[in-house]
Amino acid sequence: MSQKYRLESGGLIDRNKKLSFTFDGKTYTGYHGDTLASALLANGVRLLGRSFKYHRPRGLIAAGSEEPNALMQLENGAYTEPNTRATCIELYDGLVATSQNRWPNLEHDFGAVNSAVARFLPAGFYYKTFMWPASLWMTYEKFIRKAAGLGVSPTKPDPDVYHSRYDHCDVLVIGAGPAGLAAASTAAASGARVVVVDEQSQPGGSMLGSKQSDQYSQWQENTVASLTQSANVRMLPRTTLTGYFDYNYLTAVEKVTDHLGPGRGGDKPRQRFWKIRAKQVIIAAGSIERPLVFADNDRPGVMLANAVDTYINRYGVIPGKDIVVFTNNDSAYQTAINAAAHGATVTVVDTRKSISEALQASLKTADVRLFKGHAISSVQGSKGIHSVRVMELSADGKSVGGQAWQIDCEIVANSGGWTPSVHMFSQSGGKLHYDKNIEGFVPDTSKAKRINPNFSVGACNGKFSTKDCLAEGVKAGSDAAAACGFTAAPGSLPSVDDDGMGHIEPLWLVPTVHPVGEGSAKHFHDFQNDVTAADIHLAAREGYLSVEHLKRYTTTGMATDQGKTSNLNALAIMAEIRGAQIPEVGTTTFRPPFTPLTFGAIGGQESGELFLQERHTPMHASHVANGAVFEDVGDWKRPWYYPQAGEDMHAAVQRESYAVRQSVGILDASTLGKIDIQGEDAAEFLEMIYTNNWKKLGVGRCRYGLMLNEHGMIFDDGVTTRLADDHFHMTTTTGGAARVLGWLEEWLQTEWPDMNVYCTSVTEQWAVAALNGPRARELLSSVSDIDCSNDAFPFMSMREGTIAGIPARVYRISFTGELAYEINVPARYGKKLWDTLLEAGKPFDLCQYGTETMHVVRAEKGFIIVGQDTDGTVTPLDMDMDWIVSKTKADFLGKRSFMRSDTSQEGRPQFVGLLTKDPQVVLPEGAHIVAEVKDAPPMQTLGHVTSSYMSPNVGRSIALGLLRNGLNRKGDTVTLRLMNGDVIEAEVTDPVFIDQAGERTRG
Amino acid sequence: MFIINCPYCGERDQTEFTCHGEAHIARPKETENLTDEQWGEYIFFRTNPKGMHYERWVHAHGCRRWFNALRNTATDEIFATYEVGAPKPPAPEKHS
Ligand SMILES: [Zn+2]
Repeated sequence: MSQKYRLESGGLIDRNKKLSFTFDGKTYTGYHGDTLASALLANGVRLLGRSFKYHRPRGLIAAGSEEPNALMQLENGAYTEPNTRATCIELYDGLVATSQNRWPNLEHDFGAVNSAVARFLPAGFYYKTFMWPASLWMTYEKFIRKAAGLGVSPTKPDPDVYHSRYDHCDVLVIGAGPAGLAAASTAAASGARVVVVDEQSQPGGSMLGSKQSDQYSQWQENTVASLTQSANVRMLPRTTLTGYFDYNYLTAVEKVTDHLGPGRGGDKPRQRFWKIRAKQVIIAAGSIERPLVFADNDRPGVMLANAVDTYINRYGVIPGKDIVVFTNNDSAYQTAINAAAHGATVTVVDTRKSISEALQASLKTADVRLFKGHAISSVQGSKGIHSVRVMELSADGKSVGGQAWQIDCEIVANSGGWTPSVHMFSQSGGKLHYDKNIEGFVPDTSKAKRINPNFSVGACNGKFSTKDCLAEGVKAGSDAAAACGFTAAPGSLPSVDDDGMGHIEPLWLVPTVHPVGEGSAKHFHDFQNDVTAADIHLAAREGYLSVEHLKRYTTTGMATDQGKTSNLNALAIMAEIRGAQIPEVGTTTFRPPFTPLTFGAIGGQESGELFLQERHTPMHASHVANGAVFEDVGDWKRPWYYPQAGEDMHAAVQRESYAVRQSVGILDASTLGKIDIQGEDAAEFLEMIYTNNWKKLGVGRCRYGLMLNEHGMIFDDGVTTRLADDHFHMTTTTGGAARVLGWLEEWLQTEWPDMNVYCTSVTEQWAVAALNGPRARELLSSVSDIDCSNDAFPFMSMREGTIAGIPARVYRISFTGELAYEINVPARYGKKLWDTLLEAGKPFDLCQYGTETMHVVRAEKGFIIVGQDTDGTVTPLDMDMDWIVSKTKADFLGKRSFMRSDTSQEGRPQFVGLLTKDPQVVLPEGAHIVAEVKDAPPMQTLGHVTSSYMSPNVGRSIALGLLRNGLNRKGDTVTLRLMNGDVIEAEVTDPVFIDQAGERTRG
Repeated sequence: MFIINCPYCGERDQTEFTCHGEAHIARPKETENLTDEQWGEYIFFRTNPKGMHYERWVHAHGCRRWFNALRNTATDEIFATYEVGAPKPPAPEKHS
């Protein structure tokens, strides 16, 4: 019979809207307004999953987001999502859910053997067993992953759309229960901008699961209606605060269309990620009931008392016909009376001996039996409960004895008290203190972080009665509004009972006939990570006494629920073992996210093409048309090589490299960093920034410069040209452009503010085509009005003119060692320049080349690439570039560091060429030069290869590298030992492999 | 995430800024005459306190101006932001 646990009437469900869904392939029905959890419970489905470590049968514990057990694989294919909590999934028609962590199926689980060998799986088992040897970890890991994994990640691309939004408000209210609604309405009435977030589908908080007075219901209805209509209020239902960051910056995930089912969101996103900056925050996050830790308290059917209440009141589901309520406080009596009123046979087992007369009388009226000073000593049944045994507690609560009463039941509704949800206050940097009256941690407002002004109100502040919640909410709403400059006039409140948790007498660990850890029974406190009281005892015996050690040793509180139901019990049990007070053991630190969130929500719109912006040069379209293969250089897309039909990369690069030295090549050099430097002190400034001299550089002349940091290490290089006495055009490496501009600004603004110098990035204002090769002059002359003769336009100078009518600055500088011109035109002419030169270059065998060829031909000349041949530990002297370091300047950045003992010592790695004995062998970049070859590492390293290529122009392989004392070792043979064990010999040479005299460049 | 009051632009989000360590460390003059220890003090040693810290920030994705801030490194409360070259503002006596 379907939905046999559904009540005839009552609840916030719509019995006219029947919904069909499947769980593990079987079809069930529920109603609109159900969660997956309530619908399963209505159908009498109590076994919902297997536990993480022992594969024990598990069912629902809770009705809210704290649920540790009922984790579902939701939907199939691309829409599938693992580890969703059945209690948070709003039912929709056609929903498909599958249980997790069982194989081959839920009823017969192979992994349940773990339960039988539990003696060998104590806390710290994984930690101890798989620590060493590290090599075996890889073997074990596969086994563990299969045996212990929870859900399965989707393997297909996410078909959903996610959005993100910023919001700013005066008052952010977290939680729309009585306290939150009172706070929000008070603040909103003052005119303050208010945002209310709540994780549930409708406002009401804990009241959704409670019986309410008509007066309260009316107030809530009016309050919600008024908030919803207010222009200064944003109500965000189905929205979970995931993180509370500094200066009241909070993030939240709104599940916009999840509840409609996969692919049914229309033009709305599936989820929206909110980034909210609030002047004041009111935390009204409520509290979470915690379980009692008793023998086999994880059997399906053992639930939290308030969950039983919620399923009855909100969903019209009676979880079972025979219910035992097990408690150490007053609040569960409400559950007992409510369940009895809905036809259940109810027994209350209270660990306390003295209970108020009023409570006892109310049970009598409801025909509920009461055991005082008793405890459940065992639970019978494994995939469900059929009975419990109840025995009398000793006076100290450490043992049970006397007559054992057997009570038949399907459900145990238990309550160990209420834990304020201090997660948000804790995330905001506030400290907690222990309140003995409620046996729980509450916010210590004297230890809040001042940059995060907030108020904790209601149950999350340890005030459990509705009356207190309303009063605290109104006060905080008024105070928060006042702090934002608004004046609040509190409205009228409904009169409500002074309900709440009432009296509590803690019993952190419920004894059974055997001592904890002996016998077959297990006392769970952390259900999701399968951690028991015996594990805490073991941790204590092995010296893991503080909460941080306890957590890591037992994994308690480290599952996806972050120990919402378990943390306090674990702390308290450890405190009892140590004979300490609970605060001495410590409190746990709560970290974002409050509940798990999807990567989709975090990513928002920034996925696919929008994940990272690409930078394109003005010639990009031509490169695409000409078949370039692109390389990522920073954010730039640069042509890597231009393969012709049938060519692979190697063939293309060999052809391009050869052409550069035989005819002429053309490179898109637009990505080079370009900085315009102006001001009367510009030359003085460059004197400090670069190692060489700049004051005497003539107008129209170019000079290569090295930049050092204050450690004396090379950090960028480039050619800078003097355009006028007070005007320079600096170039930097492609990757260093932003860093160098920042570096210049830092010195100008912080150290030399009196210098009259202005720096402007002009990287994107200029498009650059570099012509390199013996026929470059002929080609340039054929399209330009510039006199390109060697006398009129010498090496390292700049001329202005036109190229095919385009205004241009042409720099005669060379990164290939060939005759070369770098043609700069305003960016908008870049493509036209490129296309014009390609056409005009045909008679000169012009060849397009990419970054790979650029690397090969510069290496043939021993030109360094900063960041490839240098690594931040290399001085100009190490690079054999002392020719560029001024001996006459009093100071420049990094100069003093040359005299440091380390930088000036003998035997530093120095820049050399390397020629393998076998000219066909191309060394891998990064290969190590070793002092002595051994069978296996470690071996003493003397240096490494920084650049290595097959050079068509040298006719063999070439390499550059750093070698200890390398400048004195030219002619020596060194040995390289590769990762695969190969040993290669190479000769140490000068790094310039072509045209040592430099005649080609100057010709 | 901080809100930082740029002396030139006003309050902006931390993502627009980068921090560059301790402020009020002048580059020494006549560096050649410094001992290794003095030079090492300048390039390597910083106070790194838990508590009040005068430090350099740059509004990198904004006006690109450098400025100084007084921040409590334990609580991230920023007590002042001020222009480069301005004197250190006094640390408040009571701070959290
Ligand atoms: Zn600014």
